[in-house]
Amino acid sequence: MGEKEKHISRSQVEHLAWLARLELTEEEKELYTQQLNEILEYFNRLSEIDTSNVPPTYHVIGKVNVFREDEVQPSLKTEEALKNAPRKRNGFFEAPKIL
Amino acid sequence: MSLDLKVKIGLEVHCQLTSLKSKLFCGCSSNYRGKPPNTCVCPVCLGLPGAMPVVNRKAVEMALLIALALNCKIAKTTFFARKNYFYPDLPKNFQISQYDLEGGEPLASNGYVTFTVNKTRKTVRIRRIHLEEDPGKLVHPGGIGVSPYTLVDYNRSGIALVEIVTEPDFESPVEARSFLQKLRSILEHLGVFDGSLEGAMRCDANVSVEGGGRIEIKNISSFKDVERALSYEIIRQKDLIKKGVKFGMETRHWDETKRVTVTLRTKEEEQDYRYFVEPDLCPIVIGDELIEKLKKEMPELPDARKERFIREYGLPEYNAEVLVGERALADFFEECVKIYGKPKPIANWLMGDFLQCLHSLDVSVSQCKVKPEHLADMLMLIDKGDISIKIAKKVLWEMMKTGKTASVVVEEKGWRRITDEKFLLEVIGKVFQENSKAVKDALVDGKAIHYLVGKVMEITKGMADPELTNKLIREKLAELKND
Amino acid sequence: MKLYWLPAYEVKQKILSQELKAEEVTQEIVERIRMVEDKVNAFITVCEDEALKKAKEVDKKIVKGEKVGVLAGIPIAVKDNISTKNIRTTCGSKILENYIPPFNATVIEKILAEDAVIIGKTNMDEFAMGTTTETSYFGPTKNPWDLTRVPGGSSGGSAAALAAGEAFLALGSDTGGSIRCPACFCGVVGLKPTYGLVSRYGLIAYANTFEQIGPMARTTFDCALLLTVIAGWDWRDSTSVETPQKSYVEVLDGELKGLKVGIPREMVGEGVEEKVVKAVYDYVFRLEEFGVKWEEFSLPILNYALPAYYLIAMSEASSNLARFDGVRYGYRFPSDGNLDWNDVFSKSRRDGFGAEVKRRIILGTYALSAGYYGKFFLKSLKTITLIKKDFEEAFKRFDVLIGPTMPILPFKLKEKIDNPLALYLCDIDTVPANLTGVPAISFPCGFSNGLPIGVQVMAPPFREDLTLKIAYKSEKILGFDRFKPNL
Repeated sequence: MGEKEKHISRSQVEHLAWLARLELTEEEKELYTQQLNEILEYFNRLSEIDTSNVPPTYHVIGKVNVFREDEVQPSLKTEEALKNAPRKRNGFFEAPKIL
Repeated sequence: MSLDLKVKIGLEVHCQLTSLKSKLFCGCSSNYRGKPPNTCVCPVCLGLPGAMPVVNRKAVEMALLIALALNCKIAKTTFFARKNYFYPDLPKNFQISQYDLEGGEPLASNGYVTFTVNKTRKTVRIRRIHLEEDPGKLVHPGGIGVSPYTLVDYNRSGIALVEIVTEPDFESPVEARSFLQKLRSILEHLGVFDGSLEGAMRCDANVSVEGGGRIEIKNISSFKDVERALSYEIIRQKDLIKKGVKFGMETRHWDETKRVTVTLRTKEEEQDYRYFVEPDLCPIVIGDELIEKLKKEMPELPDARKERFIREYGLPEYNAEVLVGERALADFFEECVKIYGKPKPIANWLMGDFLQCLHSLDVSVSQCKVKPEHLADMLMLIDKGDISIKIAKKVLWEMMKTGKTASVVVEEKGWRRITDEKFLLEVIGKVFQENSKAVKDALVDGKAIHYLVGKVMEITKGMADPELTNKLIREKLAELKND
Repeated sequence: MKLYWLPAYEVKQKILSQELKAEEVTQEIVERIRMVEDKVNAFITVCEDEALKKAKEVDKKIVKGEKVGVLAGIPIAVKDNISTKNIRTTCGSKILENYIPPFNATVIEKILAEDAVIIGKTNMDEFAMGTTTETSYFGPTKNPWDLTRVPGGSSGGSAAALAAGEAFLALGSDTGGSIRCPACFCGVVGLKPTYGLVSRYGLIAYANTFEQIGPMARTTFDCALLLTVIAGWDWRDSTSVETPQKSYVEVLDGELKGLKVGIPREMVGEGVEEKVVKAVYDYVFRLEEFGVKWEEFSLPILNYALPAYYLIAMSEASSNLARFDGVRYGYRFPSDGNLDWNDVFSKSRRDGFGAEVKRRIILGTYALSAGYYGKFFLKSLKTITLIKKDFEEAFKRFDVLIGPTMPILPFKLKEKIDNPLALYLCDIDTVPANLTGVPAISFPCGFSNGLPIGVQVMAPPFREDLTLKIAYKSEKILGFDRFKPNL
């Protein structure tokens, strides 16, 4: 692993792009690998601080137990629900084939 | 090499909280079955940008009720978390679920369920219970491998699911199936779930055979298929082991039409779900007061009900067990007892012909056209002597098919037992005239009387009271002898 | 003075007294937009017809003597990541180029209920990811003070619209400084409310944990007016809370005597331009004349705010943006049954998202993935705990914290766009308020060569009143609200 790939390798970038369903060009893979390494080098300064015994903050305000009651509210009209769909068929959204 | 290898099975069961009025995170109706596609959807369950989830309080309470019924330890603080993966049935390409993350646990863990299999008691440990949202439904016109596109209906998207994960404590497919039946009955008794609704309970299973790898089977949607898929998989694995083929961890898909499992992905292709706490939802802190309140509300569960059936109605243990195996059946039984009063014949009828009819018509107890009062009515006709047991079986079948009451069926079909002596004597007289040889035989040999009884039955289409017919024929024969 | 430069509040008085018709006001703004929009590019969508229709309705109500709302007839610009029913909402992205929401964000319901007139949807960095409004699919917005320079971002369109006289009020959103940065660069007032004060329902999420919708205006008074309208609990947003203030306008007046100000050294240290530091201190010296006490102090944990912010924001973004797959809405790569869903999704997202969005999605996916979650994501959440703790301590000593909004002056278009890290570093002084959830306001405190410089005031949670009071008084002292760019 070269200096350029200190934190993240090109093949990792490829795998991450797959997980995120983002097709990348060869140039993009190259560029992102380089840029992400620069960025991660800076982000890595977090490792300087001691966070042992520090709990994580998931929500900056401490609200808990927020609920709605089990009541039915109006749904969208089907044509409204489908209005933005690039493809639709007989009231269904049309997604690409699975296999 | 012996095929007596040890088998370990664990289940991940997904149950829809079908008793809820609305979905887990939005106000769309959860009664989506049979509705046209995409009619129970809103910005939240369609995953429209900017929409935000809000937790249904009742869903959390129902999940806690389940956790208590399954003897689980309830978390003090629990979070919702995002499970990130792409799939066309997921409107947000992540599922709001729950996960162990620092500072919070899943809703409940470390419970157990006891059930009966082959007349012995078995206990299986529950690893965890959590809430999550159901994805939408995919339709592949012409079949998944053929269709050039996939149709998506999001009516199911966002329905509240409770996921129940067991430890790998099952040793055979039949144990897994018996557990699921018990679980279903418990959930039904809690009033959170109707197992007769299609797809309301689905499960994934993991199986490992001694000497092999852990295999996960996805997409099992019925009790029967659980047993089939597991049996198939165990035979497949044993076969591989016998042949000395090495295999590792893998996820397989149960094809219910072909009844085989097929590779979905190998360990190398396993998903990285990248769980993290759902930032749009607040933590749930579960206080003792809520737990106490739920414990007080806890309805009678199948085990307690079984004991009561034995105690109160004097039923044999096996009968009580079968009846409480399905809440609707147990309810039917008790309703019927209220009207008819004799528990034992009711139990026998329910467990015998009643279930058989349901099975062959492929309907559930609640869908069934025969109601408790109808069965009680039929039993009273038997008691009055209006119908024989044999006829009653036919009557029940008619009632199931048509929804008519027993009395109506009996009248319409002319199935009332003939006890009119005058009429029977006329028939017997005719039979004696036309069968003089048989009459002679019967005078000599008592056993030959059956032929004459049979003839009477033939003419009366089996409706003649057999005892009365017998008696009258014997009397007539005695008269002839004396002559 | 031209009508379009008037404060919103004055315009509203003129409409209420029937000195002006709401229709005339909207017409005036529509014409102003026509005149300058080619140069500024503040809007993605201008809603001329809907705006005039709404203005006429307001006029009708006034003529009939019916009750009208507090924003009656005021043209307002709305950032294009806030969902508007039946008005295209693009997030500055190709992937949402034709997306028309079937519902309104809660803030939109609220401003419409107060009879505001939505004049258009403003340009922004794609999915609010940027500091310059240059990552927009719809081309960059230019800074009205110098058209060769960036307006800041990501709410650059909202800030530029105000600075160019194309709207009286604007809504922005602030995840790591996206309201304050362009407010600073464009010389207007922008407030990031306390996390939870304003409902996020309908705001297209970038990083849920940090973002808030907030008011932007040319004057503090107008800013307070708009905050009053949009603040408050909303059942649709579980993280929202009830506002402690009925009106933020009524609490503006007051003396600053005795106010204790803390200046974190880390906010004026390395990387902060000399001119900016000077302008901020000159401002603080002016405050001293009004009895304000100030003190520099050190908050070393702030050195870690930026990586913690970016790691969490990118992680959440990677998940939030997963939904753009071209099935229910948005751009879909054309194919006819020859490609499977993986391919169609990957190509739709390849073509639909811009470079910065992809970069953040990949980094966020990385920070959450097995093996890196603890090192990056969880570590960042723990860092927030430490930053929050130090802020709480600081607010025991000081009433407010003051520092620059941006460490630098508005820079040239394209100057930094190829250096993502250099752009991230621009957010160094704005992200702490998002990490800790506290309110922060930016308003002009000086000018350098005709370019505005902004100062930032942070207060304890739910003390928006304090930040507004200081801004209001400062405006009176400094008078920068009277400066207008030549266009």
